[in-house]
Amino acid sequence: MEGFVFPNEQSVVWTVMIVLYPYITGLVAGAFVVSSLYHLFGREEIRPVARFSLGAAFVFLLFAPLPLLVHLGHPERAFNIMITPNFSSAMAGFGYIYTAYLLLVAIEIWFIFRDEMIRRAGGGGFWRLVARVALLNDLRASEASRATDHRIIRFLAGLGIPMACLLHGYVGFLFGSIKANPWWSTPLMFVIFIFSAIVSGIAVLIFHYMLIARLNGWKIDQACVRSLGRFLWGFMIIAVSLEVLEVVSIAYKQSEEWEILARLIEDRLFFSYIVLQFLVFSLVPFLLLGLNALFRFRDAVSNTILWIASVMLLIQVLLMRWNVVIGGQLVSKSYRGFTSYMPGVFEREGLAVAVVIFTIPFGLLYLFHRFVPLFPPEAMRGAKSVERPVVPSTELH
Amino acid sequence: MSVPPDDPADRRRFLRVVVQSAGGFFFVGCLADSEDAGSPAPPGGAAYDWDKFYWAYAVDTDRCIGCGSCMRACRAENDVPEGFYRTWVERFEVDAAEEAHVDIATGRSASFDRDALPPTAGRRKSFFVPKLCNHCKNSVCSQVCPVGASYQTRDGVVLVDAQHCVGCAYCVQACPYATRFINPRSHIADKCTFCYHRITVGLPPACVLVCPTKARMYGNLKDRQDELQAILHRRRYMLLKPELGTNPKCYYLGLDLEVV
Repeated sequence: MEGFVFPNEQSVVWTVMIVLYPYITGLVAGAFVVSSLYHLFGREEIRPVARFSLGAAFVFLLFAPLPLLVHLGHPERAFNIMITPNFSSAMAGFGYIYTAYLLLVAIEIWFIFRDEMIRRAGGGGFWRLVARVALLNDLRASEASRATDHRIIRFLAGLGIPMACLLHGYVGFLFGSIKANPWWSTPLMFVIFIFSAIVSGIAVLIFHYMLIARLNGWKIDQACVRSLGRFLWGFMIIAVSLEVLEVVSIAYKQSEEWEILARLIEDRLFFSYIVLQFLVFSLVPFLLLGLNALFRFRDAVSNTILWIASVMLLIQVLLMRWNVVIGGQLVSKSYRGFTSYMPGVFEREGLAVAVVIFTIPFGLLYLFHRFVPLFPPEAMRGAKSVERPVVPSTELH
Repeated sequence: MSVPPDDPADRRRFLRVVVQSAGGFFFVGCLADSEDAGSPAPPGGAAYDWDKFYWAYAVDTDRCIGCGSCMRACRAENDVPEGFYRTWVERFEVDAAEEAHVDIATGRSASFDRDALPPTAGRRKSFFVPKLCNHCKNSVCSQVCPVGASYQTRDGVVLVDAQHCVGCAYCVQACPYATRFINPRSHIADKCTFCYHRITVGLPPACVLVCPTKARMYGNLKDRQDELQAILHRRRYMLLKPELGTNPKCYYLGLDLEVV
């Protein structure tokens, strides 16, 4: 603590969980946009990760409300937000937007994986039961039904983009509309959140796809990752420009709040905001991705560059969430001082719980892949001449 | 049954029934709830007609001596948990360089730290400012409450429905005056109620009752004979952070520019 802080501001009320929540919904929105690049915009080269990205969006979406529930003082009353919504509140939209988007992604997934599930239902064991329940025991498919499925998928992929923007932009709006907080209160917040979401979504897909391919000995699809790398470069330029624009415009206007915000940036957030978020985790990936987009490196070099840049951008977006959510609460509403905050590890809203919540979706994604393959057969071929068996191999060859 | 087990029409009918019934239940649920929320019982029993009142508050900063009685009374009356404040008193000392030093009375005794401020020599100005919920006419906290647990009563008081609050703390973020907190015992939003349980039965709020210098005043803006109205008509007053458009109903007499 430093300077004068109002007595009820001794501690920060939105902590690690509220940093994690927009991070997860950002991954959802970004991953969904990638899947739509293929399903809607016909970017054929994205095909190896198109299904995987939708699967990732779905599992992250399932877990997006969990940090909120952990944070709520009365999680058992969570459904009040849908039963007695107060529509003058931006937050009241959460239940409806979230549910609608979850349904949309679930239905799109169902149509995309229908053929695979039919194949699964013809097999045996536990997954056969799951597939039959999911398919309502209707195992028929024809060329006509596939064409219908495809039309529905395109429609949902199209509808899903504005909804992804709504789900995630709404989170930005939630912060941006708080006039009591000078660090949050800007209409740019909405746009910044959307673009940083897309950046984190593309980054997590590159990171995860390359990791899985390496672990399974698959050949990485160069056209796919190079294209994703270029998209990542483009979207990160927009996202970071907006982040810079936001702070520069407040600084240039020299309005009343700048006095305290300048102290916040120079003093309290210097390391996490200036050094880490901008100088290290924005500038370095920008240069790496730029080099990779402008010059033709050997595949191995290019892949390493892409993977490192993706990991760094994943951290950049997490830092950005941290600096917004926590940074905003450090400024006292007296404009005369700062609160301090250090997350605990083993408390209810601590780092350990955050790590668990963030890890479960990856495990779920693995189970999903055991059920129906998230990658098309051509993406799961070995890098070397010796073909290694991949899960689940029988139905695909 | 004559319907074969794999007839897709049957499944479609089933899905349709499921969706329709869910929608129906939801619609009926909303209706039931809106009827319930439309007419909450007025407080204070049958004797209190809340349409005849519009409560407001005034603080005369020239009169406050920083004794902390109001803070102790509030804590006792409303069972405010330690470390949190429904009301507090700020001490301002402006030094020779026109720099303001601010601190508050703390602890159960609500006393000021004698050593917290710069030496007396060269002090230009000293004064106390009591703070509490402003019960804004255009209150941000009730605007942003996602479930409608924070609300304004018809007689102008901002309250929290303890049975309904989910404890999301969005209102704590939104209040520009930092008068709200999450109660560590009940895990819901907590704040000054103007001692609603007292004013609706004709008693003054605890802080007003114990203030030895009459620095704290309350009154009914709908009553033309009310003393508070007379004071507001006679004296110049200011609001806290008026630029935010919250329209507070807590009026400050003799407020210094340093106070936010």
